[in-house]
Parts: sequence; C-alpha cells; structure tokens
Amino acid sequence: MLVNEKVAIDHGLKADEYKKICDLLKRTPNITELGIFSAMWNEHCSYKSSRLHLKKLPIKGKKVIQGPGENAGVIDIDDGDAIVFKIESHNHPSFIEPYQGAATGVGGIMRDVFTMGARPIANLNSIHFGSPQHKKTKNLLRGVVHGIGGYGNCMGVPTIAGQTSFDSSYNGNILVNTMTLGLVKKNKIFYSKAAGLNKPVIYVGSKTGRDGIHGASMASASFDEKIEEKKPTVQVGDPFTEKLLLEACLELMSGDSIIAIQDMGAAGLTSSSIEMASKGNLGIEINLNKVPCRETKMTPYEIMLSESQERMLIVLENGKEDYAKKIFDKWNLDFAVIGKTTDSKNIELFFNNEQVANIPVNTLVENSPMYDRKWKKSKLPKKNKIKKDVLNKLKIKDILKKILSNHNICSKEWIWQQYDHTVMGDTIQKPGGDSGVVRVHGTDKAVAATVDSSAVYCWAHPLTGGKQVVAESWRNLISVGATPIAITNCLNFGSPENEENMGEFVECVQGIGEASKYLNFPVVSGNVSFYNQTKEIGIKPTPSIGGVGLIKNYKKMITMDLKEINNLVLIIGKTEGHIDQSLFARTILDEKNGPPPEINLFNEKNNGESLLNLIEKDYIKSAHDISLGGLITAISKMCIKGDKGIKLKKPKNLINDIEYLFAEDQGRYLIEVNPQDLKNVSKILDKNSVFHEELGVIIDKEIIINEKTKLTIDELRSYNTNWLKDFMDA
Amino acid sequence: MKSSVITFPGSNCDRDMDVALKKFGFKNEMVWHNDNELPKSDLIVLPGGFSYGDYLRCGSMASKSKIMQSVINFAKSGGLVMGICNGFQILVEAGLVPGVLLRNKYLEFICKNVFVKSDNKENIYFKNLNKEVLEFHIAHNEGNFFCTPDQLKEIEDNNQIAIYYCNKEGQIEDQYNPNGSLKNIAGIFNKEKNVLGMMPHPERMIDQSLSGEDGSLFFKNLINNIK
Repeated sequence: MLVNEKVAIDHGLKADEYKKICDLLKRTPNITELGIFSAMWNEHCSYKSSRLHLKKLPIKGKKVIQGPGENAGVIDIDDGDAIVFKIESHNHPSFIEPYQGAATGVGGIMRDVFTMGARPIANLNSIHFGSPQHKKTKNLLRGVVHGIGGYGNCMGVPTIAGQTSFDSSYNGNILVNTMTLGLVKKNKIFYSKAAGLNKPVIYVGSKTGRDGIHGASMASASFDEKIEEKKPTVQVGDPFTEKLLLEACLELMSGDSIIAIQDMGAAGLTSSSIEMASKGNLGIEINLNKVPCRETKMTPYEIMLSESQERMLIVLENGKEDYAKKIFDKWNLDFAVIGKTTDSKNIELFFNNEQVANIPVNTLVENSPMYDRKWKKSKLPKKNKIKKDVLNKLKIKDILKKILSNHNICSKEWIWQQYDHTVMGDTIQKPGGDSGVVRVHGTDKAVAATVDSSAVYCWAHPLTGGKQVVAESWRNLISVGATPIAITNCLNFGSPENEENMGEFVECVQGIGEASKYLNFPVVSGNVSFYNQTKEIGIKPTPSIGGVGLIKNYKKMITMDLKEINNLVLIIGKTEGHIDQSLFARTILDEKNGPPPEINLFNEKNNGESLLNLIEKDYIKSAHDISLGGLITAISKMCIKGDKGIKLKKPKNLINDIEYLFAEDQGRYLIEVNPQDLKNVSKILDKNSVFHEELGVIIDKEIIINEKTKLTIDELRSYNTNWLKDFMDA
Repeated sequence: MKSSVITFPGSNCDRDMDVALKKFGFKNEMVWHNDNELPKSDLIVLPGGFSYGDYLRCGSMASKSKIMQSVINFAKSGGLVMGICNGFQILVEAGLVPGVLLRNKYLEFICKNVFVKSDNKENIYFKNLNKEVLEFHIAHNEGNFFCTPDQLKEIEDNNQIAIYYCNKEGQIEDQYNPNGSLKNIAGIFNKEKNVLGMMPHPERMIDQSLSGEDGSLFFKNLINNIK
C-alpha cells in the first residue's frame, strides 16, 4: 500500500505530523512504518497534549522509589518492602464493548504491576456512567462490573475498593479506570530499560492475533454515531492466560536472568520494543516471522499493531534462554526468541528475510510531537444566595431520604459483591469503607488504598476541584488510620483541541499539583485519557486519584462503623455551611451553579495529621471523613454500618440547620471517642489548633436529629441499600 | 499430620489454603497438577480458583489432569479429600461426590459471608465441632448445587449432606440461599464421607481481622479428628 498524506490522516495523524515524519526519516515511510508512527504519536502513547503540563506535578518524595515514566510507580513501605501501583483508563473500549473493555483494563493494569516484579495484592476501580435514565446505562454498568469481576476474580487478586458515579455527561462516554497495587522486595524491582548488545529479545505469553489493532488510536479519538463499527479494535481478555503469565514471570524473576521487561499494552509489540530500546539508548532488531501468531497470514503491520492481551517482551541475559523457556513451557505459554539488542539505535524489523521497517528510535520517542494547546482559564463562579425561607420550608427527613438513596451516595454493594474481595486472605477492610485495606502478607503492616474523583467540583472550578480530589484521597486514607504516601492519577477529560476542555485539564492538573505538593503526597504514576467526548460534547472533567498509605500495625486500623453506645462523636474541622455544588443543592434545590467548597490545604494537613496522632494514641474508636452529602450523610453511614444510633446536640454555630447538616465544607472528619478520653482528645486538638465540636452521643438504633426529626437505623439502611439493586433488577 | 494442596493451572486459593493448613498444625506440601504421585498425606485438598480458566464446565479439565488419577485412587481407598469451591467443582466432575454445580441463580458472582448449618456429625470433618451454625465465606459464580430426584433421595438416605445455607439462627430457608442450590446445599460428602466438597471457603475465616474466625474452629477440629 502506497503511503501518502491521506493514508496518514486515516491513521489519525495530522498533516503537519506526517510532514514531520517524512522530514525525520528523510523519505516516505512505508505502511508498516507509518503504522508504528501513528501508534507511538497518538495522544494515548505520546502524551503530546499533556506532557508540558504533567511536568509540573510533584513526583519526588522520601518514600518514592520510582516516579512516572516506568510501567508503574514504586514506593517504599519499610523493611525492604515496596508497593508498585498505577491507575489506568480503559474508557473508549468499555463503551464499545463493556465486558471486554473493562476486563482488559483490569488485565492491563495488573500486567503493568507484575512487569515490575510485584505480585498484585489489590485491585481498585473508578467507574462512571451516564444518567440512570439513559437507555444504555444499565447494560453498560452490568457489562463493566461483570468484566472487572470476570478478570480480577479469575486472577485471584482481591478488588478491595472503588468508586461509582452517574452523571449525564457520561451518557456517551463512560469511564472505566482500573488500579492495581503489587508487593515487591525493594531489591527485586524490574525495569524496562534494555542494556547490553546482542542480548536476546524474548516474546512470552499469548499468541498475537488481529484483535485490538489500532486500539490506542481509537482511544485517542472522539466518538461519533459509527462507534459500533470500532468493535474489532477492542481487545479480548483471557485472565487464565494472564494468571499463568503472572506465575511464570514471577518464577523467572526469582532468578537473575532478566535485564529488562515490558508488557505489551497499548500499541503492543511496537511500544514495548521501542520503550525498552529508547530507555536503554539502544537499537532492537526483530524477526517478525518468529512472533507466535494465532492467525495465518498476518502482515508485519498487523503483528506490530496488534493489541492482543497477555503478552510480555523480555531482554534476557545471554545463555539464559533454555532456563527461561523451561519455566514458560511448564506454564504452557508461548516462548520465542524474536530478536536482539543492537547498537544501531534503530528499530529494525525483518519479515521473510526482508527488512520491512527501519526507524531511528529517537524519532518515535524524543521527537514525538509536543503541543502547547490553547486553553481557557476558568473563573470562580459567584456564590448563590439561597433564601433562608426556601430552606426552612424543607423537611430534613425527606431530604435525608432523597440524599441517602441518591444514586451517587447509595450503597454500591450490588457491585462489589460481584468482586472477589477476600481472596489472598489478607483483606482487613472490605469495599464500602473509606479505603480498602490489605495486610502485607506475613507482617504486621497493612496497605490502604482508595480511589476518588469529584467531577462536579472540577467542572465548577477545575483548580479547586483538582485540589479537592487529592485532599479527599488523603482524608480517606487517614480515616482508616493509614499514613498517606503517594498517589497515582488517571486524568479523564474531553478534547485537548477544545480550549475549554484543555483549560479544565490544565487547571485540574495545577490543583492536583498544588495539593499533592503541600500534603507531601507525590504523584508516582498515572495516565491521561483525552477525547472522552461524543461529537462536540465532552465529559465533566474527571481526574481520578488513587491514593496509597501505610498502616504500621494493622491492629490499629480504623473502620467507620459506630462501636459503642454512650461514646461521643466529634466533628473535626469547621462547618461553615457551604451549600453550592453540594449534592443537596444539585438534587434538592436543583441549583447547578456556584463555586465548589474551598480547599484550605493548611487545615487539610493539620486536621489529618492530628487525627493520625489521635489514632496512634488509641483514642479513636471509629472515623469517617465528611464528603458528598455532608455531615448527616456521613453520620448516617456510620450508624448503618455499626447498627447504632446517635442523638445530635444542637449545633452552637448560627448557621441554618439544613446548611449545618448538608453542607460540603472540606477538611472534616467524624470521630468516635470514649467519653473518658474526651479531655485528652480535646487537649491534643486544641494544642494543634484543630477546630472541633461535639456532634452527639451514640445511642441504640435511632438517629435523633432534633425534637421533631427521628429515624430508625433500619429506615436509613433501607434508603441507602435498595436503590442500586432495585435499579438493576427493574 | 500431613496434607497436600494440589495446584492446577488457574488455582488461586492454593496459597490461602497452605497458609490455613500450616496455621493449624498440618505439614503441608504443594503438589503440581502434572505430577503422577501424591506425597504421603493424611488429607488432600483441591483448592479454589479457576482451573484451566473454567472455560469448559467448571472443574472438568482439572478433573482429567494427571494427578487426579492418584487423587481418585486415594479417595477410593478411604483417604480424606476435601474440595473447596473450584475444588468442589472438580470433585463433582471427577465423580467423587454426586450432583452438579450450575451457574448461580441470579447469574452473578457472589462474594460475601454466609451462615451454614452443620448438624451432620457422623463424619471426620464435622465430628466434635460443637458449633452448629458457622459463619463462612463464599466467592463463586457456579455454586448452584443440583441433582436428580433419585440422586437426592440417595444423598439424603445416606446422610451425605454436609452443610446447608441458613441464617444466623440456623433456619434453612429459601431466602438464605445465596445461589439457588437445591435444598440449600452448600457442601456434600461421598457415600463413605471421606470426601467432602463445599462451596464456602473456611480458609478465608481464620483470623479475627479477616471476615471471621469460624474457619479456625473448622480446621482445629479437623486436625484433632485426624490425629
């Protein structure tokens, strides 16, 4: 096939990008080469619109072993142990084919983690769907949940936490973000940097088929009405093979025969071989006839661009081929020496004894396009003036019922019950808490992880929203007694070519950067997903933040269920009554305007660290951060989980009752303490200048909000637990 | 006491079972599916997971793997064989316990704590266990036990039902049946009661910090009974 500008444009490249390719090569690329360029230069692989801004994120810290740029980030959790983790998007494929899209998302992120030598110990996910009334929502939700479960359950890795939301901005573009944590010894981490000349390049895992060709390019484009035609670009997952691949790789890694290893994810053999060569400043020569193929008559173009799953590329020490092959034979996996490292600094491909591609590696990586896209700064919206008499007409009980059963607040048990969350025998906090927690097998340590996003806040004011998501992740870790260490981010946005969407991206990233810098909560890995839009309409900006923290002694882990009658519940952090952009304002008042709650990073840090101090001193019986739905939603969940009630004290501050109960002021937690510890707890909080007040006293099975408003815990529970199940059964 | 846990390709509760058996005093050995011989063992365990991906009927491929002939011989000579979850499916496929395991009634994977009633004490697994209602944990997609009326009669006549799904109080009713199993059956014996297949995972209930501790009771009792 002849290559020209039109063919290049059909590959998703721009005319000037095609010209740049010809200039770099000093000739016209052939079709295989063009395919390789299009795969490496698309948004998904090259980060061409985002690189400039991502550079501003804080990526260093005392506990950071590996920041962005590798298959996943790595943090130190002491005693020679490290946690490898990353979050990634699989949005486009999941909309086209929800089961396989979500399943291969889970498979891909686990591969990123075990490529580095770590055994996956926990999975998380953040999934976002269109409005519940939208005709596709139910099937997409069911398909995605089945896909995530189907893959993760079979792998035997517990899915310990997640987040699900519904918003009409996802009607045509759902989001599926998957995250994995793996455990590795600090001195046994594997990287993707090739080194040494004439080292064998090994292909292991599944055979290469025609599935997923141009998957990464598809993920770098907007959707239109012909989206169904893109089904063949979705990969098909085989978790069984991945389980074998995991065990075989870990077995090979226990020895010392691997120089570099890289999974074949987006853009398959192309990106994996080029990454390894680029990092090692080497060339790679591949004989494509040696690549194990599932289908006959595959062309070099197809072999290089296939996104068949469950495959790895390894650069081995010379002479270790037989030793390695034995391991892969034992696990019934393909093993083939397909090439070698060279000093040419080019990627050279051969097929039927002919050279079919020869491209300098640096043209694909360092010389890939980088754009300083135009972007529009957002203004902080004006505060709404909500009339007191509007609020006074509302009945607290009715609002609480609506809020607890709201699709973005209600219990997601229908979802997480379909995920094996207890396999591996170390899950000590299941989904449904502030963070999932797994023990570090055989030790007293535990690792907490959470994934969060607040698209509404980010949409209202990206800078504040970006900060808020990081702060929420931080709070969710602290609420279970974990010291926050680092985050991974999955940045889901509309088109970077649209100034408003690009502005949302730039300012969310700025917010994430500011908060993570202030909280000493660096970004160690991540992924950008642009073009989450159908025609001209982009999604609400949705950065998902995956936070990881450490609990030194797992017996000190905190859960949110109320523990004991007569204990007191205190609020940490001040309730100012910020109603704009709260769930209350949006669903009860139908008010969509106004600024999101302000983030005060000093208070976040101070309040959080003070709470950790109280937990360390064993004063805290239960804890929960206050977020969506405000104070009353938070305490309701604590009541439901603990099957206990609470009698609220009349608040001292002069704000309206409704503002007090439903405001979404940030930096707040609820904590349960024994009355005899109150003095000591107050003393510590006062000393640290942490604002706190008493919410109420724990009683049996009833929530007494004021003289007129009482609800039983069973009522609260039925509001909270039924919505999703009823929705899916209907 | 010596135990062996068989690892099939796709097993994923093999390590958890190893941890549990060792915790309660077994000297456990892991056995590869492709081996011919079983090590000398007082108990053989077929663990949970997705053997061979369960792409055919669950457990059917594993039931034909090399080691299974030795497991079948061991069981037929009276040796203790316990299959948990996928292990139960393998036992069914190997014909070591009666019945079949269908897809869950609501067609969804279920992972949660359940209560099971064990009032059948005439066997080495539950003898002397003085708690009738145990809190166990299930995590499966195909645990819906089914058999023909004739088989059921035989199973009941021989007292082969090991455990039933029930509520906290031990009531065996439809609403406490998580997967649609016939008669709320959660676990079953062979006629001689040396082979036990059950869907719940006792190995996930061996620590206060996990989902519960009734698995500890089960394993402690089992090793005492074997001694």
